[in-house]
Amino acid sequence: MVHVKVLGSGCANCKRLEAMVHKVIADNGLHAEVEKVTDYAQMMRWNLMKTPGLVVNDTLVASGRIPSEGEIAAWLKN
Amino acid sequence: MAQTITPPAHLQASGDRRAWLFVSGAALLWLVAYNIIQPLADWLTYTLFGIAQGSHLGESVAFFLYDVPKILLLLSGMIFAISTLRSFFSPERTRALLGGKREGVGNLLASGLGVLTPFCSCSAVPLFIGFVESGIPLGVTFSFLIAAPMVNEVALVMLFGMFGWQVAALYLGAGLSIAVIAGIVIGRLKMERHVEDFVWQIKGGGGAVAAHMPTWAERFTESWRSTREIVGKVWLYVVIGIAVGAGIHGYVPESALADILGKGAWWSVPAAVVIGVPLYSNAAGVIPVVQALMAKGAALGTVLAFMMSVVALSLPEMIILRRVLKPRLIAAFVAVVGLGIIAIGYLFNLLIG
Repeated sequence: MVHVKVLGSGCANCKRLEAMVHKVIADNGLHAEVEKVTDYAQMMRWNLMKTPGLVVNDTLVASGRIPSEGEIAAWLKN
Repeated sequence: MAQTITPPAHLQASGDRRAWLFVSGAALLWLVAYNIIQPLADWLTYTLFGIAQGSHLGESVAFFLYDVPKILLLLSGMIFAISTLRSFFSPERTRALLGGKREGVGNLLASGLGVLTPFCSCSAVPLFIGFVESGIPLGVTFSFLIAAPMVNEVALVMLFGMFGWQVAALYLGAGLSIAVIAGIVIGRLKMERHVEDFVWQIKGGGGAVAAHMPTWAERFTESWRSTREIVGKVWLYVVIGIAVGAGIHGYVPESALADILGKGAWWSVPAAVVIGVPLYSNAAGVIPVVQALMAKGAALGTVLAFMMSVVALSLPEMIILRRVLKPRLIAAFVAVVGLGIIAIGYLFNLLIG
């Protein structure tokens, strides 16, 4: 089971990233749990300075940008 | 552990080549379009519509038909270029550059980086926490936070398009100066205790930020996306603003406004700042109107003060910053920046006649 967190305060890019994560999970038939983190104090656990951030199994893999679906799939499969 | 996922080198190179080819082609088309809009606007107005040359109506129509495509072309082209330039900067790198810099040098560097680092007000809070937590002084952090929205890319491009590069450069220089000075002042006010307490308690985890070195194709794709987003948001204001401006150009008599908005009226600068605050994000619609007003006798300093107040002091951003700043510090921020803008307004009215 993969734990995914989307870090963001609700800006347009954060919502877009969250939608993409759900799509990648559905397209690849993965087992993953997606959580949305909107609390700034929590986000700072990963030193995030620019939203949106993507955390896979407690590791920040992308920040301040929207990765491609291919990248997201690769992170989720590892 | 920092991860990077990059396609094989040969694929990446061919993708980049194609991206450059595409962008070069687009730039060429852009140049052609930019050079035919003036004759096209004249031909439409005076030949196709048959409006008499030199008439009020003809002047207004020709102005509108030329300025709308011109400003929209400038906005698309230059915002694309600015976004691409900004893709070389990131908040993380900026923070590293600012670490250990002292007052003065730090404020200067922070203001410059505030303009170059991609920034949206939705990221203001994590950025603020990230800066302060890593030991960057409050005043230096504020220089960054003031410069980032103050030197607004839409405002910069519109000023360039409607007033020329000199005014755009003045706006850039004035915005940077205010950010440097206001940051130093806020630093001297020693307001650290007016930052919300939880900010000081945060201890950033050792989370390594994923390193990502974008390819040219990725840079261009991202720039194109943000250009479409920004131009999509402002184009209607541009059209309305230019329509109103065109009406003023054709119909309001010369120097009708000199008494109200000219240099003689001392109160016009503070009034411009106050009026500008609620107009946030409408810089695009405001500039064409202001340009028309200036042609009728409004003073440049007043116009610049108005412009800066529109972009730098905005209610939505203050609400976002309230999450990390106590009211006294927000009040100090507004007062220092507001006074700085007013001072710039008077200075330009005094210097430029």
